Amino acid sequence: MIAHLKSREALLMGAIIVLVSLVATRFPGFVTPSNLVAVFTDTSPLMILAIGQMVVILTRCIDLSVAANLALTGMVCAMINVAMPDLPVGVILVVSLVMGAFLGAINGILVWKLDIPPIVVTLGTMTIFRGIIFLLTEGKWINAHEMSAHFTAFPRATILGMPILGWFGIVVALIAVVAMARTKLGRSMYAVGGNPHAAVYTGINVGRTQFYAFVISGMLAGLAGYLWIARYAVAYVDIAAGFELEVVAACVIGGVSIAGGAGTIIGTLLGALFLGVVKNALPVVDISPFWQLAISGAAIIIAVAFNAQSGRSKGRVILKSAEHAQ
Amino acid sequence: MKLAKFMTSVAVAAGLFAGPAAAEDMRIALVVKALGIGFFEAAAEGANEAAEELGGVEIIYTGPTDTTAEGQIEVINSLIAQNVDAIAVSSNDTDALVPTLKKAMQRGITVVSWDSGVAEDGRQAHLNPSSNALIGNMIIKLAADHLPDGGEVAVLSATTTSTNQNIWIDEMNKVMGDYPGIEVVSTVYGDDLADKSYREATGLMQSHPELDAIIAPTSVGIVAAAQAVADAGKIGQVNVTGLGLPSEMAGAIESGASKSFAIWNPIDLGYSATMLAHQLATEAATAEPGAEISIGRMGTITLDETNSAAMADPFVYDSSNIDAFKDIF
Repeated sequence: MIAHLKSREALLMGAIIVLVSLVATRFPGFVTPSNLVAVFTDTSPLMILAIGQMVVILTRCIDLSVAANLALTGMVCAMINVAMPDLPVGVILVVSLVMGAFLGAINGILVWKLDIPPIVVTLGTMTIFRGIIFLLTEGKWINAHEMSAHFTAFPRATILGMPILGWFGIVVALIAVVAMARTKLGRSMYAVGGNPHAAVYTGINVGRTQFYAFVISGMLAGLAGYLWIARYAVAYVDIAAGFELEVVAACVIGGVSIAGGAGTIIGTLLGALFLGVVKNALPVVDISPFWQLAISGAAIIIAVAFNAQSGRSKGRVILKSAEHAQ
Repeated sequence: MKLAKFMTSVAVAAGLFAGPAAAEDMRIALVVKALGIGFFEAAAEGANEAAEELGGVEIIYTGPTDTTAEGQIEVINSLIAQNVDAIAVSSNDTDALVPTLKKAMQRGITVVSWDSGVAEDGRQAHLNPSSNALIGNMIIKLAADHLPDGGEVAVLSATTTSTNQNIWIDEMNKVMGDYPGIEVVSTVYGDDLADKSYREATGLMQSHPELDAIIAPTSVGIVAAAQAVADAGKIGQVNVTGLGLPSEMAGAIESGASKSFAIWNPIDLGYSATMLAHQLATEAATAEPGAEISIGRMGTITLDETNSAAMADPFVYDSSNIDAFKDIF
């Protein structure tokens, strides 16, 4: 099993390397270390969100409200910054984590206590969160000159040649790898998604585990919210519109099973990175913009097709006679 | 028969009332989408400027408290009851205001729309802030003005299907001959998303290392491009310009990522709308296709076949005037 997952990730890694070298033949500047760091940094918010999304998908749920959560939490952070320009970034980070987690908890409660299908709950909260931004701002923007310098400079500050934004992706990934492999909650996520009935018999509360998954997803979305707003130095209602689909795509490319229970952090990260490379490569390889959408869509399907192919051999034939009967 | 008699007497009465009112102050109502919006407060300032210049004109600046057509209809009804001489309206709905405005015109009130127009039936003339041709010319001129020796420019648009942007870029390409030495090396699309526009702008700077300017005729794109230029450390090397709002672009002007950009000037717009309404109300000009109407310091406008006209070139904002406008809109 472990060897199998490893090979799947190796395949994806190979695909990314092939993609990068293809781009390099058309635009050599793409493979310079500084540009690769820039691509990684640019992909960091996607990675953070994809990790949260993966945890939710593992428990057989889906969170479509992540982009709206990001936008709402980001907007609130920006508004706090406008109201209190001297507030240190540390406080803003805590606010973004707590608020994101709270918004995620709303999803979680509705799924857990009211037993509403997650896709319905999060479709609803997605629109509600965007609506709240509209209520808060009346559609107005918060612009670069209204934000204080340290607020926008934080994600850009570089440590060891990489902006803090990129380091956030790495730190979140490391914590997630350890948490998923070594904590009770991490293991129960897999159990709940793999076989909810069996999970109940082992004493795991399925609903509560799903609730925690939504809280984690929301918390990471909130964190990404501040980073996003600070990086682009602008906050408005439509920030990250449609980004939730990209996040789900990153998970699927990374080999996370939509049916729940299967998927790895490394795979998800590679899935996000694959999309990040495509998104950053398309503007520089001089392909007609009219082709770009089709190309990035095709890249997703090809990646998933590979995954599906490698996943197929996993099934065991347990009824030989039935197989012949087909 | 009775009805006809009644109508006549109303018309006579209206004539009687209108007569003395015109002899005193002419009252021009500036009806805006909603009160309390910086853009329209600035337009009112322009309207008052026009009134002072004309003399004998009183401006009634009014509008609903929220941007609804219903609110505007109420406001216009009350203006009809007050029997003002002219109404200049920036409408919340193209069609919904038509019946009310028709009623106003039947009572002899001059009706013009400006900024956001109403359907042809509902007004005598419409004043657009600018025209596609003027905008197309302006965006390339903004880039060219800072490139006396020519150079490479690229366009960062909204989506591939955005009608306005596509028309402006077409109009820009038509006048490229007037700007020798300026070469448009690429046109990319940021889909009016901050992150995609940022990425596209970064890509432009990578694939065209000699790039001198990015023209973004969209408010999301211009802000994202300015941020991308600042983050790439190319301030001074790549000038970001195009169409944006002063409040959104103040940071980019301050950092130097953008030397100048353009958008309509609300003060000029309010001024011109008042001038137009005054010209029509005093019958110094008639609203008919092809009519040339003088609008004071803004020059002359020509009505097209739908009785609409373009005011002027978009107004250029740079470090000298951004502070005055960034709090307005």
